[in-house]
Amino acid sequence: MFDGMDTNDPHAHPVLSIRNLRKSYFGNVVLENVSFDVHAGEVVALAGENGAGKSTLSGIVAGSVTPDAGGEMRLMGRGYQPGSPKEAMDAGIAMIHQELRNLPDLSIAENVFAGHVPMRMGLIDRRAMSAMATAQLQRLGLDVSVDRPMRTLRIAAQQQVEIAKALVRESRLLILDEPTAALGAAEVERLFECIRELKKSGVAFIYISHRLDEISQVADKVVVLRDGKMVAKHDDPSVSSKTLIAEMVGRTVDRLFPEMPPPGDRTVLEIVGLSSPDRTFTDVSFSVREGEIFGIAGIVGAGRTELVRAIAGADPISAGSIRVENRDIRVKRPLDAIDAGIVFIPEDRKSQGIVLSQSIADNMVYANLDSLFKRGWINPKRVHALTRDSIRRLAIKGQPDQSTKSLSGGNQQKVVIAKWISRNPRIIILDEPTRGIDVGARAAIYEVIKGLIAEKVAIIVVSSDLPEVLGLSHRVLVLNRGVSKGVLSREEATDLRVMELATI
Amino acid sequence: MTNESAAARSRNDLALEQPDDRQAFSWRRLLANNTPVIALVLLCVAMAVTSPHFLRLRNILNILDQVTVMGIMAIGMTLVIIIGGIDLSVGAVLGLSMMIMGWLAKLQGLPWPFAIVVGILVGGLCGYVTGLLITRLNLPAFIATLAMMSITRGLANIITNGRQIISYPEWFVNLSVKRHFGFLSVTVGILIILAVIGWLVVKYRPFGRSLYAIGGNHEVAYLAGISVKGITTWVYVACGLLCGLAGVVMATRLDSSQPSAGTGYEMNCIASVVIGGASLSGGIGSVGGTMMGVFIIGVLRNGLNLHGVSPFVQQVVIGCVIILAVTLDNIRRRENR
Repeated sequence: MFDGMDTNDPHAHPVLSIRNLRKSYFGNVVLENVSFDVHAGEVVALAGENGAGKSTLSGIVAGSVTPDAGGEMRLMGRGYQPGSPKEAMDAGIAMIHQELRNLPDLSIAENVFAGHVPMRMGLIDRRAMSAMATAQLQRLGLDVSVDRPMRTLRIAAQQQVEIAKALVRESRLLILDEPTAALGAAEVERLFECIRELKKSGVAFIYISHRLDEISQVADKVVVLRDGKMVAKHDDPSVSSKTLIAEMVGRTVDRLFPEMPPPGDRTVLEIVGLSSPDRTFTDVSFSVREGEIFGIAGIVGAGRTELVRAIAGADPISAGSIRVENRDIRVKRPLDAIDAGIVFIPEDRKSQGIVLSQSIADNMVYANLDSLFKRGWINPKRVHALTRDSIRRLAIKGQPDQSTKSLSGGNQQKVVIAKWISRNPRIIILDEPTRGIDVGARAAIYEVIKGLIAEKVAIIVVSSDLPEVLGLSHRVLVLNRGVSKGVLSREEATDLRVMELATI
Repeated sequence: MTNESAAARSRNDLALEQPDDRQAFSWRRLLANNTPVIALVLLCVAMAVTSPHFLRLRNILNILDQVTVMGIMAIGMTLVIIIGGIDLSVGAVLGLSMMIMGWLAKLQGLPWPFAIVVGILVGGLCGYVTGLLITRLNLPAFIATLAMMSITRGLANIITNGRQIISYPEWFVNLSVKRHFGFLSVTVGILIILAVIGWLVVKYRPFGRSLYAIGGNHEVAYLAGISVKGITTWVYVACGLLCGLAGVVMATRLDSSQPSAGTGYEMNCIASVVIGGASLSGGIGSVGGTMMGVFIIGVLRNGLNLHGVSPFVQQVVIGCVIILAVTLDNIRRRENR
């Protein structure tokens, strides 16, 4: 594969060569048959939906994921098998994570040199450190005093510091994972400027983004992943977004989703012109009928979670109104929403949904403190009966006294759902209902949802998993940077159409 | 692919299936779930075997008298620790309440019942301020109560410029001395009643249950509609009121009010709660367990006194008991998982 090349001349080789990379977890293949090259001064974009294998691939390159045997990676012509992120970094590959990991209370210079400060006679050479950090940042177009604490910088500038950090380690390949997710338009332009500048000096990039318009602006090549396989490789960055989307989603939706009965006619929930104080979503309006599953789609950072958290009273609202069964309700805290019959099942069950250190029965009680115990005294028998009932109803594999920590993700999620549906809510908001849950438990949760709409409950589903939103919902709202791009009926809501609205 | 994932699923199911062993009586489980009680029983047996005085009624009543102050304070501390908080100001608040009561009754000549009630309410007010510092100014509980400790100790000294107030009426002193029905002083009676109320509230009232939610994960509690800030404030108020009451009880035992009373009690108080099985990270603990912790320390001190062990050595022993208790608890939790 690499024969016929002179291994002594570094310019003859791509910076990184990937051949037949494969990764599986317990027999589940998450990545296979991936092969491409990244040359010096080149930006290769990775496109694909959530779960397509982008993070696995970048993890392998950055040394945090070990690939299966059989594939091969070469760095500047030499075999490359990083055993840890540190080895990858030493070899010249740095990953800039979507969520920046820095030391907010240390100075910018200390952040740039974190882990390998320049020494002089056994002491930190602060002068050299400042000088080198300043030079590096100016090269990136960031003109600030490097003695300032990191936390005083805005996110965009912090990102540039991360890049500088990689550059002082003489990295030849930078992996940028969703670098623009937290940036405004002007800052995105600055970042691109910086990338173009670095390309000239031979730095190579792997660029991961959901935003297809960015890919066409900054990339030289595009690699499209779908379900862990490389489905297309474009050497021409001007490939149309339509083509890319078709390649990203081109698959049949699994028969995982049950046939949902049609919704009723009565409107249960009406959202009018809802905006958040920090403008993560603005002027969003929609309504949900009884027995309807209403999906909210959008890429990461589009404001989906923020929107539903606000409806559930967990986050503030700056404008707009929420009407439940034709009555305006004011939600200032979760209890207001709960009293109006709106319950919220949050995206991160471990940190927001259940108390992990406590039993299923204890967790059941927390959502029902007021309703279950009218006279103010808790009857342990009633708690037990309720818990046993829910365990049976949702087929939870566990005992009432069992700690929720010992349950599988799917069963934990069922406990969260169980504690809320025992209140008989009118509206249930599910944020990422099946994240990190295996296929069997997913199907079980979809059956629970089907059972709920049969009882005329209105359901809002938010998910990063597009097939899930489309497979479940009667109608779908597409959010793009906090703005509603319209509500699609089940027939209109093809993955192509939704992705277009969400990304362009 | 489908076969593979189905296989993986059934593998998962097997791994997660828990045997339904609630019916099976297990000594191991019984022992593991009642560590503080068993420790207390073993301790009493050891003391009874080694000292002929230990099991005498008079000695046992002495132990009860000696633990009343700590017992009352520890009930409040239990609530605080269950919500994942800490209160370092309990000893100083005790001192302030005691001084206020003595000052009002003895130096201002106001009626005793009034002075007692105001003394207790001052404790509650201190707790309310602490609660506001934590919930409104978002101070960490450690810092807020550290500051309150300094402030209240200072105030306790300011009232009389550091002097003690002495010679209280006989009926007041009798509250802790006179044994009704031959065994029960009023103060011990108060401790028993409060412990029962505390146990009932924490175990069977929605308020008590929400403490565990807040301590377990306050985001979960908040999303479940529990008023996290309100309940947190009330917990510190309850703790302050109990400290105020403990101050009054201590005054009857000392027949005086000392501005330095209760110094260092916060540590013994936290130790009792922790020995009783509570976790400083919150969400775990019980009033019953705490009472066992209070008695373990009380019996240990009493027994060591009977053996003529110096108070300095006693401190070392109690430190070792704390380490032992928490280590055993950690092991038990790991096994239960």
